[in-house]
Amino acid sequence: MATTAVAQNTRWWNGGRSPFNVEYGKLMMWYFLISDAFTFGAFLISYGTIRFSQNFWADPNHVFNAFPGTGHANLPLAFVSLMTFILIMSSVTMVLAVHEGHHGNQKGVVKWLGWTVLGGIAFLSCQAWEWTHLITGEHAVLSNGGIDVIGTTVRGNPWGLEVHGAAVTEALAKTPHENLVKLVAMEHHDMPHQQLAAMGDQQLRGMINTAELHVREAGPIAFGGFFFGITGFHGFHVFSGVIINIIMLLMARSGVFERRGHYLMIEKAGLYWHFVDLVWVFVFLCFYLI
Amino acid sequence: MEHSHSTTSEVTFHHAASDSTKRIWRTFWVLLGLTVIELLLGLSMYAFNLPGWLHLFMKGVIVILTLAKAYYIVSIFMHLGDEIRNLIMTIVVPLMLFIWFIAAFLWDGNAYRTKRNRYDTYFRESTMERPLNSADTSKHGFE
Repeated sequence: MATTAVAQNTRWWNGGRSPFNVEYGKLMMWYFLISDAFTFGAFLISYGTIRFSQNFWADPNHVFNAFPGTGHANLPLAFVSLMTFILIMSSVTMVLAVHEGHHGNQKGVVKWLGWTVLGGIAFLSCQAWEWTHLITGEHAVLSNGGIDVIGTTVRGNPWGLEVHGAAVTEALAKTPHENLVKLVAMEHHDMPHQQLAAMGDQQLRGMINTAELHVREAGPIAFGGFFFGITGFHGFHVFSGVIINIIMLLMARSGVFERRGHYLMIEKAGLYWHFVDLVWVFVFLCFYLI
Repeated sequence: MEHSHSTTSEVTFHHAASDSTKRIWRTFWVLLGLTVIELLLGLSMYAFNLPGWLHLFMKGVIVILTLAKAYYIVSIFMHLGDEIRNLIMTIVVPLMLFIWFIAAFLWDGNAYRTKRNRYDTYFRESTMERPLNSADTSKHGFE
């Protein structure tokens, strides 16, 4: 036992063959993924550094609580769970495509790659909806003593500490006309903008239900930059993964790998796709769970 | 470039391709199960007002579950577990840098916060959820 193990161990480094027992392209894909892991790692760790330097940070359960088609229902983490499920599922279909490739089954490879591409597109669509929802969201936030209405962007974070009671009334008194119009429009979507703009400040203030109005301070400004930067960088990886998978799908369908005699390219594309899923596991952890 | 035979000359031996997809689907259920547990923990942190230590403990559990998910994805889906030791080591050993990377930078962020709380009164008072008891030095460092 021991002697054969030693014999095998020394044999790997004698030259003439890959000491890693993999084909060159696959090894280079692994090394690329390591460097990409450090890029993502640096982004997520810098996010952690900034978060650790703050006394207060937005609660993800408040920020990510919307689901398409449910209006203002409070459904924390529901949509991102769906996105996670979609990505895990597409990882499974990818590994099934690789599996069919091992057996040289062209039809199977094409079928499972097709599902993988579909999963990737579904994930990107979900992310597009989520971004749109965050950016176009309307939240009342303290600003220059008054109240402003902002969404979650790289320049604005409406998820600070909650403001209550007298502080709200006081801020409302100092709120300029155009922001009062925005506040009233939040509750009265049916009223035309011109009609609201023509009203006096006192009348507008009277239309605002201060008990229903949730006002927060602005949160740490870095939140939006990190969120859109990191999920955007991940989304770009998903996008390029979808493009690569489409190319693999077309090549598999036209019989390129069949003529080549092996499906190693599918394995390399698969490594990249699983890495995208792997990164999402950590993005999910850092932004949505803790 | 590519040869017509089914292997490249660089590969010395092939691992027998498994005949069933059972392992893949089992891994899928494991990943799904771990994610559901993570979600339940995350939601319970939101639903119940937990004491600080328990809150932190649950976050720790979620991090460990995430590492378990990462292990399953890399080992089974990316087939790293089926490769020879040389390849596993050339990938895993450089990733050990993350231990220092995470510890050093989170420590740095935390040090900045405690320093700022100690010297910047406005920052401390405007960003704390509850006003601090001046005897409680745990949040702004020891005098």
